[in-house]
This record gives sequence, C-alpha cells and structure tokens, in this order.
Amino acid sequence: MHRYIIKRVLLMIPVVLGVLFIVFSILYLSPGDATTTILGTSWTPEGAAEIRSHLGLDDPFFVQFFRYLARLLQGDLGASYVTGLPVIQQVKISFPNTAILVAVSITLAVLVSIPIGTRAAIKPNSLFSAISTAFALVGISAPGFWIGLLLVLLFSLKLGWLPAAGLGSWKAVIMPSIVLSLSYMAGLSRMMRSSMIEAMRMDYIRTARAKGVKSHDVTHTHALKNALLPTITLIGSYTGEMLGGAVICETVFAIPGMGRLMVESVLSRDIPCVLAAVTIMAICVAGMSLITDLAYAFFDPRIKAQYARERAVG
Amino acid sequence: MDAKTGQPCLKRTSLSRKEYMKAFKKTSRLREMWDIFRRNRLAVIGLVILLIFVLLALFANIIADYNTVVIKVDPANRLMTPGGDHIFGTDELGRDIFARIIHGTRISLRLGVCSVLVALFFASIIGASAGYIGGRFDDVVMRIVDIMACIPSMVLAIAIVASFGSSELNIIMALGISTVASMSRVIRSAVLSVRDMEYVEAARAIGQKTPKIVFAHVLVNCVAPIIVQATLMIAINIMNVSALSFLGMGIAAPSPEWGCMIAGARNYMRQYPHLMIAPGLAIFFSAFAFNLVGDGLRDALDPKLKQ
Repeated sequence: MHRYIIKRVLLMIPVVLGVLFIVFSILYLSPGDATTTILGTSWTPEGAAEIRSHLGLDDPFFVQFFRYLARLLQGDLGASYVTGLPVIQQVKISFPNTAILVAVSITLAVLVSIPIGTRAAIKPNSLFSAISTAFALVGISAPGFWIGLLLVLLFSLKLGWLPAAGLGSWKAVIMPSIVLSLSYMAGLSRMMRSSMIEAMRMDYIRTARAKGVKSHDVTHTHALKNALLPTITLIGSYTGEMLGGAVICETVFAIPGMGRLMVESVLSRDIPCVLAAVTIMAICVAGMSLITDLAYAFFDPRIKAQYARERAVG
Repeated sequence: MDAKTGQPCLKRTSLSRKEYMKAFKKTSRLREMWDIFRRNRLAVIGLVILLIFVLLALFANIIADYNTVVIKVDPANRLMTPGGDHIFGTDELGRDIFARIIHGTRISLRLGVCSVLVALFFASIIGASAGYIGGRFDDVVMRIVDIMACIPSMVLAIAIVASFGSSELNIIMALGISTVASMSRVIRSAVLSVRDMEYVEAARAIGQKTPKIVFAHVLVNCVAPIIVQATLMIAINIMNVSALSFLGMGIAAPSPEWGCMIAGARNYMRQYPHLMIAPGLAIFFSAFAFNLVGDGLRDALDPKLKQ
C-alpha cells in the first residue's frame, strides 16, 4: 500500500509540470504585448523596451518557462500586470472562497444524489425512479448561469430571502452551491443508479438473500458498498470539473474566488494572474484525482491485494 | 437448410412464399437500430425538438431578416412584454426576441457541432493510435491526455480564447481542444475492445497496411460509442458556447447568441424577466434534445449498456 501511495504521489510531478507547460505555451503564443497592459495610456517605446528587458519577455521560450518554474518553487507567482501587487496575495484572498464553494457543492451533490440513486435502483420501475431520471435529464441540460439568474430573480429580487451576491454569510452560499452542484447531482445520481442496479444483479446478492439476510441489509450493506466504488471515482473527477463551473458561478453571484479572478484577469489581459489561476486550479484537480485514487485503493481490497502480491513476488 | 445455398429450405415449410419473405425479411442493422430508437419515447421527443431547431436554423432568414429585424435598433418598440406582434417581446434596444433566438440557433448549432467535430478529429487520431499500437506508446500518450484532463475544460477554453481572441473559429477550436481529452479516452477504450477481434487479425494476416486496418476495420466498429459520446458532447458544448459568451469571451453583441442575450438582459432582470428567460429556454431545450437523442442512440446502438 505504501508503495502504491508513493508511486501515485510521484506521478503527480510530471502531471503538474505538463499542465504548467501547456498553459505557459498557450499564453506565450498569444499575440499582443504585455507592456500595453502594464503601461496603459503612458505607453512609450522606450518605457516598453525597459519593461520588456526587466521582465525578461525577450528571452527565448524555455528560458522564460524555467525561470517561471524556479520562481514558482519558491512560492513566487509573479506580480500582476494591472495592480503591480504580487499575484500570491490575490490568490490568498480568492482561493478560500472557491474552496468553500466547491466543498459545499460537492457535499450537497453527494448527499442528494446517493440516496436518490440508491432508491431509484432498488425499485427500478417505480414512479420515484422515473422522476429521478427526468430530474437528472433536466439537471444536465440546464445551463448553470441561467439557473443561477432564475434563482436570483426568485429568491433575491422577488422574495428577498437570500442575498444575490457575495459570500458573506451562510445564506449567501446556498444559491451558488445549488447552481454549481445541479448538473453534477444529475450525473452522480445516474451513475449511482446504474452501478447500484449492476451490483444488485451480482451473485453475492442472491447468496445473501438466500441466506435470509434482511432485504434492507442486502441493499444497504452488500450492494451499496460495492456500488459506491465507481461513484467515488466520479466524485473525484467532478470536483475538478466543478472548478471550471465555479468560473461561471462566481461571475453570476459576484463571488471573489479563483474563477472570478481568472475571468477578470483574462478580460484585462493580466497574464501572470491568468497563469496562476489556471495552474492552481489544475494542481487542485491533479490533487483531487490523487485523493480519489488513494480512496479507491483504500476501499477496494483488490488493489491492496495486488500490491501485496507484487511485493511478495519481487 | 439447403446445403448448396445455405438458405433455409423453402420446400419443407408450410409457409407461402409471401409469408416466408415476411418472416425471414432481412432487417438491416440500421433498420434494427431505428426500431429500437423509435420505441424509446423520450428519444423521439428529443429528435423532434432537434428537427425543429434545425429547421428554424435553416429557414431563419425567411422567418426574420437579419439586418432589418435581428440586429436593427428600434427605440420606439423597446422592452415590450410578450404577446402581440412580438411573441417573446422585445429587448432593451427594441429588437424582436423571437427573431433573435431563431438566428441564435444557427450560431449555437454551428459552434456546438463544429467544436465536437474538431474534438473528434484529434481524439480519433490520439485514441485510435494509442489503443491500437498499445504498449509504451499508449502509456506515454495517455499520460499526456491525463495532463490535459487536469485543466477543467471551461478553464482551458477560456485560456485559449483569451490568448487567441474570440473569433468564431477560435471558439470552435477552444471548445474542441478542451474536449479532446475525454473524447480520446472514450475512443481508446472502444478501440481496445475491438483491437483483438478475429476480423482485425484476419486483416493483418492478409497483409493490409496498418492505417487501413485502423480506419477500415477498427474505427468503423467503434462508431457506436463514439456517436453517442459526440451527441452528448454537443449538448455540453452548446451550453459552453453560451457560457463563454455570457462571460464576455465568446460571440459578442449585437450577434444574437443566446448567452450573449442573457448577459445583456441581466440589467433588466427585475422588471423584464422575459428578456432573460426566453434565450435560456432555447439553450435548455437544445441541450435537452441532444441529451435525449444521445441517450436514445446509446440504447439503440449498444443494447448491452441498456439497464
């Protein structure tokens, strides 16, 4: 098991390097001049040349890339082109907001979809199952930003129950997390339903029933435990996608998070900020997939056994 | 059975020739799939909605002229409520919302479908080569795909559009490239399931060249999961196109893009919610239709997956 963990953690290094390389190349290839962003109206050819040499923008691609890497290892994400402040300061403000939003959303999605999916699978031809399938179809087809605006219209503007913007109180988290989790709730409950149906068909379920285990115990211990495995994998990849969804959600609800930071810095062409935001989100995704894999190995005795056997052989 | 022709022997049955033809009528694979698809009520509803959208997109210019209705500012008729001459009302610049939504269909369908075609093109090359060649090559290629998958697709699309500008071609490329990773995985696993079939081995045994085997034998037999995935992906990309425009990074005003219309309607939301609701419904129904058709196709093309 330790070997598996070490191997998975080491595999993250090339992944993070690769992400950095992709994002850095995309932004490097972009036409347009950083000096116009930095200097704005006070742009002069001399001033621009000075800034270019100061930032090393005339250096070859790989020199710039490795310099960025070296600084990143020291925790230096560069300075914003627009404000001149270190990007890391901005990230420190934005990151917790996004983290709260995504954590609440994924919890909400799991808490709603697993019971729904399980119940729908136990009685696959019931009305409940049909309703949950319809709900899932609507959930994956509705654009998040539009649902967000509809909720704001109803609960903030008409009824005045919930704040329309920011992340100040627990009340303010409700709408953004519903919006962010909606489509994932749908996907997760579908996945839960189909893997639960599959688990219910297995021989060990028939054996358990034949032994006279209570129906509730059969479904909730024997089947559920096995059906949860594929769902765990999905939770991991959904957390990553949610970071992408957060970009839109934070714009609708004016939440100062990583997504908002990225959109604003893209619109103002603040390259160091964009780079930092994308990189941090990608590292979070890689970290999340690492946690998922480890959780999977922890819950699935077959993976543990495989590594135990390898050690015994080699 | 007749020993010479392999056909069921006619003489020994009591069926007339007509009855025989009816009973043993050879149903083509396509016909069979259509029969399964047709029985799925939701899928047919999806197909009908989809056809309506396609027809609206094709005849958009006949229903409403682009220059004189869709983008022409008409202050006298601004912010009219639905009903009368304007089914969905008019927006803050007096433009008919219904006409704009119809013309928006063209943009959304075009961008949604084209971006998926771009993704399919790259993903077929990546997924098919990785799956067919296998071994170390597969490891390396899929590791690169893993890296791409680490960047959330919306974030990658925004980064690409931000760098290269928000022209229509760039949006198509951005959304296409950001879905390459997940599509490659689907194609690779489909290729893996076909690669070791006897007919592929037979093709190899008679000395066919590898590219021909991959395209003529392997990929052709992977079409089912690829079509299903592509249909579902179009739904996602239609939503992503409008999300990009909503953020101000996609199609810009005065173009009648749905997300762009919603962004413009935000300021008038309190008094005139119809400005925002109508284009949202258009996004919802188009994505809904593609999702229904995709699910129906999955059941029809791959009965194994049907629960």
